[in-house]
Amino acid sequence: MGNYLNLNEYQLSALSEIGNIGAGNAAAALADFMADTIMMSVPELQIIDVNSMANILGGPENEMVGILVTMNCDVRGMLLFLLEKEFVCLLLNVLLSKDINEFADISEMDLSVIMEIGNVLAGSYVSAIATMTDLDIRLSTPQVAIDMVGAILNYPAAYFGVMDDNLLFIEENFLSEENTIRSHLLIMPEPDSLSLIFESLGMSL
Amino acid sequence: MRNLVVGISDQKVAGPPDTLTTYALGSCVCICLYDRLRRIGGLAHILLPEAFGDVSGKNVYKFADTAIEELVRGMIKQGCAHLHLTAKIAGGANMFVSEGKSIGDRNIETVTQELQRLKIRIVAQDIGANYGRTAVFNTQDGSLTVKTLGRGNKVI
Repeated sequence: MGNYLNLNEYQLSALSEIGNIGAGNAAAALADFMADTIMMSVPELQIIDVNSMANILGGPENEMVGILVTMNCDVRGMLLFLLEKEFVCLLLNVLLSKDINEFADISEMDLSVIMEIGNVLAGSYVSAIATMTDLDIRLSTPQVAIDMVGAILNYPAAYFGVMDDNLLFIEENFLSEENTIRSHLLIMPEPDSLSLIFESLGMSL
Repeated sequence: MRNLVVGISDQKVAGPPDTLTTYALGSCVCICLYDRLRRIGGLAHILLPEAFGDVSGKNVYKFADTAIEELVRGMIKQGCAHLHLTAKIAGGANMFVSEGKSIGDRNIETVTQELQRLKIRIVAQDIGANYGRTAVFNTQDGSLTVKTLGRGNKVI
């Protein structure tokens, strides 16, 4: 298969459901870290071009923390956590009892904590998909970048740009208690892996 | 004065007093061509190095090996002379470490080769490393301002 836009309603809702279950797992994992200060919203499935994507995320120059985890084996693709500054500071302040307000105050040590959170969230999310589909999914160790969100998004855009002009992703929003801090988890499977997921769920193209 | 924004896999041509801006280059590369005599500038923002074979149905602005030639064509249509064109390039960073040759490096390589093939000299560049860049191309004097987060701005 070549194009994400060929998906039918039925398949789209199946994907949302996968997102739902993955999000439930990830939220439970996050709750272990954070007590109950963070919630996750209902996942939203999006198929859009990369220019529009940067605009949804606060504009291309918006400074964010990006944590990248790649999926290998049966399912290939990537997970990208995009965290707003406030969210990262909140995480660190709760976990490490710190008082950080700026990216400049984040140390190497803090970054490794952020990466570990990414690792745990990605693991819990993906294990939900693996269990549902009975597929083998391996995750890479996470990598982190703090920069313009548009520049961070170049990575998946180039990776998937070979196959499609659009990106398909399941977006999960993390919300803090006050509902003010939003951050995002983008799950982006390769088109072929997507077919495989559907096949495993008995709804092949 | 207008500030024209060029998105990913896009390109535009303009003259004074307009500026051409492209935001948040990561592994993408922007190619700024300038005809100093006619004072016309063109900016292309490419995502990938090669279109690989059949380009029908593909966006030619997306690939280095099809976009630059298209930009030259567009500028000549606006009255530029191929002989007078010079180039400045920015971007091609590696935001994340990847297996094998990174997409940023491959983009720069193909852009450089393509400019060589078209006999357009690169007069300035700000490329590579691991951070994002916003590029603002001034068609008044052909200067290119490269902005970063926390790493300062420079004019090349």
